Parts: sequence; structure tokens; C-alpha cells
Amino acid sequence: MCGPAFHECDISCRKEAMHPLRSVVSVALRQRGYVMGYSGFRVIKEGLFGQKGWKPVWRDPAPKPEYDAIIIGGGGHGLSTAYYLAKEHGLTNIAVLEKGYIGGGNVGRNTTIVRANYFLPGNSEFYSHSLKLWETMEQDLNYNVMHSQRGLINLFHSDGQRDAFARRGNAMINQGDDAILLDRDGVREHLPYLDFDNVRFPIYGGLYHPRGGTARHDAVAWGYARGADQRGVDIIQNCEVTGIDIENGVVKGVQTTRGAIKAKKVGIVVAGRSGQVAAMAGMRLPIESHVLQAFVTEGLKPVIDHVVSFGMGHFYISQSDKGGLVFGGDIDFYASYAARGNLPMKEHVMDAAMTLMPMIGKAKVLRSWGGIMDMTPDGSPIIDKTQTEGLFIDCGWCYGGFKAVPGSGFSFAHLMATGNHHAPAAKYRLDRFRTGVGLMDEEGTGSQHNLH
Amino acid sequence: MRITCPNCGERDRREFYYQGDALALDRPAEDAGPQVWDDYLHNRDNLAGDLRDMWFHEAGCRAWLVIDRNTVTHAVHKVTLAEKAKS
Repeated sequence: MCGPAFHECDISCRKEAMHPLRSVVSVALRQRGYVMGYSGFRVIKEGLFGQKGWKPVWRDPAPKPEYDAIIIGGGGHGLSTAYYLAKEHGLTNIAVLEKGYIGGGNVGRNTTIVRANYFLPGNSEFYSHSLKLWETMEQDLNYNVMHSQRGLINLFHSDGQRDAFARRGNAMINQGDDAILLDRDGVREHLPYLDFDNVRFPIYGGLYHPRGGTARHDAVAWGYARGADQRGVDIIQNCEVTGIDIENGVVKGVQTTRGAIKAKKVGIVVAGRSGQVAAMAGMRLPIESHVLQAFVTEGLKPVIDHVVSFGMGHFYISQSDKGGLVFGGDIDFYASYAARGNLPMKEHVMDAAMTLMPMIGKAKVLRSWGGIMDMTPDGSPIIDKTQTEGLFIDCGWCYGGFKAVPGSGFSFAHLMATGNHHAPAAKYRLDRFRTGVGLMDEEGTGSQHNLH
Repeated sequence: MRITCPNCGERDRREFYYQGDALALDRPAEDAGPQVWDDYLHNRDNLAGDLRDMWFHEAGCRAWLVIDRNTVTHAVHKVTLAEKAKS
């Protein structure tokens, strides 16, 4: 690992030259991630020496004239795609192009929920695979992403809704994931603070998904960036793609604000900006961009131990490790690139919060923000080739992209490297809207982008 | 955001239901073929900037409206009754 990625390496390599035995020990430790990477030992060591040993963990390279593959978009999905291209497929002459700074889009703006509780074939196996990657991510990346499987409870408020959740729970178990149908008392054991006897929406029970939980969103982006960089991937920030070069139906590279870059393969992974980037390749996508808001309160002592979702309004909440209650609702419902939300949806989310857990009224909201969601007409994503040879697209995550970060990157890397669809993501086809075959409308709301 | 309905005057955004891009007005012929229908139902220009889209004054006069507005600033430029906007 004596690449430019690791400045610290210089020192330990010199030491090794001086003492052969130390070299053997050091290599063994490094292979296990103890010396070069992060570890408890390292934290103590840095603490003893004034925290002076921490260095930047990814480079800031200038773009090369040519790469084997380019990923447009340095968000969670783009960075994980680059990481898995390098790790699983040995493609290391690649670059991630980010118009701003990495992790500055939706991966830095979400409510950090990680789960695998999907119902329909196509989604079910994909999110199941993604959750398994989450469970090994920290060891794999040697990065603390604070993945916490604190359990997710989706509440229901009528007999019909219980039936639907029982069915969903069975689908999850059939997929090999976990689900437990809780009755009212079962929910009360976990969540005693809810308003169980609300006159309008009494709580009948909940579907408990113990492996669901949260993770530290920024750390996920940084962990993948560091892992990709260690394997030789160039992460190029402040580099906006302004054009995609196509000759005779074959992609040749991209034009950027930092010059032209040639590439044999290009992957578009730009979430809410998918429409604009795809237009550079002459494509119109089945996507409408909408704003989704999220909120956080002041830091509180531990009060909400799980991820909880309300079944009679779009509301979900968890507590961050810093203590803030992190919660959100539905999109604002009209096409928007504003990255800030409107007041009616704020009011609606607060209404839902007060209905579900009146205790929340004592917490002060610290701030709210918005992200730009790439909404598809069936609410499910797209990982596919395009009509241009060598040009691939990964988009349409609606407002559920965070939990998909590892799975999406893994499957998209597989598609870009091998030309074949990765089995868990094989149903995420772009042409399903045209043919009507294989639509995955989890909520059954019909082909209108903003209803998912 | 407030919307000036041609029938009702300036009203709160909450009175309006949103449908999507105003290309909904240009319904293709039944035999137009899958690509045309795909473009009509699913594919969108999805512009960051000025856009025309369809709104329904659900809690007001219940008229369908075509609104010219900006998706970045949320400024509303023009509101037209859909029956008049349709060419």
C-alpha cells in the first residue's frame, strides 16, 4: 500500500527497512488493517501524540486525459460504484467526476434509514443483497459508518393495514430477511411513548424488522471514497460534466469544466440531476425531480431507540447518535430543483409527529433541509444500459436511495464491468415503462411520478 | 407558494393538487405506438428552470390549470385554465 494515497506509509516503510522483524510484524498487522487503517489502537496512539498523525485519506488529483471508465456523480451510489469496480472487477484506471464536493447531495441529506422490507420481486432481492453488504461494510471498508441495527417498526392502524403488513412480513421472510408481526402490546413494549389510543389513528400493531436501522450518512460516502482512492480511483471534485461525447452510437468520453476526458465506459449516477445529464446523451428519462424535506431537533438524551414509521401519514423518525431526532415525511408533490422545502409540508410532517408521539412537541426543531429526488413512474429505480454503447445509467431511487448505496454500487459496477445485469438488480430495466412488463409499483399508486 | 387561479384569485398552494408536466394535454392517438405512449406517460424533459405543468384547483373552483413556473425559484409566471391552454 505504498501509493500516493497513504502519506503515512513513508514513515512506516522506512522503519521496516531498518528492522526486518518489525517489517514482518508490521506487514501482518497492516494486512489486518491495524497499522495503516483505522483501529482502536490507532485512536489511542494518536491520542497520545497530539492527534498529529491523521492525514487526508483521499487524494485531490487532476483529471487524466483518458480513463477506462468514468463515473459521473460523487454521491453515495457513484462512490460505491467506483469502489466495487476496483475491488470486485479490478478496474482501477477510473475516475469519479463530481461537480461540487463528494457526498454533498442526497447522501448528505437523507434520514439515514437502512432496511430490507420490500415486497415485490425485483425490489425484494435487491434490498436484501444491499442489507447484507451493509452488515459487512465497516470491516470491508475499515471505516466506522456507525451502522446501527436498532430495528425498524412500521406501525399499522386498521385491520386491513395489518393484513397488508402481515403479507409484506411473509414476503420479507421468504426472501431470507427478518420480520416479526407485533400486536398492540408488542409495540407497547418497544415504543411506550406512542399515542396508542389516538381517536383517529389508534395503533393496532407494527411490523418489526430487527435488522433495519440507521447509519452515519456522510461516513458512508467518505468510507467508499477512501476505499476507492486506496485502490487507485481518481476522485475529482469541482469538475462538472458539460457534455457527453458520442460517435456512431458509441460513447467516447465527456466534456467537463476541467477539460475533455476520454473513456471507454461512462456511468451516469446523478440522482435528482439525471434529467440534465441524460439530455447530454440525447435521452429523456422516465424521471421527474421533486424536493423531499427532512428535519432534525436539538440534541436530546436517548428517547427513541428504533426507527419508527407512522402508518397513516408519511412520517418516520429515529434518533441520531448525537441526540437529534431525525425525521421526515413525503415529498412536496410538485416538480422542484429548489433543494429547500415549502411550509405546507413542514406543517403536515409536524402534524403527523404530534399525532403519533405527542411528547415530541417539547423538542425544538433545529433545522430542516431539502434534497432533489429522482422520481420514477413506478417508484422503483433503474440500473441499465442505454441506447448508447458504453453508456450506463443508475437512477430513479426516488426518496429511498440511501439504504441502496452498497447494493446499487455493487450491481452497477457489475453491469459496467461485465455487460451483464447483476442478478439482484436484474429487474431494474429502463424499458419496463415502455413495455409495461415488470413494473414494480410497491405502493400501487399508478404511473404518476409524484405519487410514489 | 401562492397560485393565482383565473377563477378564484390568489390562493394558498394547499388548495391545489399537482399532476405533472403539461404534456398531459397532448394525448396521443390510441394507435400511436408504444414509444409515443411511453413519452407521453413516463418520459419527461424534467427541466431545472421554466416548466409548464398541470394543477387542479381541488379545494376551490375545481378547474384544471396550466401553470408556467420556475422549478428552481418556485416563481409562478402565468396561470391559465386548461380548457383555454389546450390548442
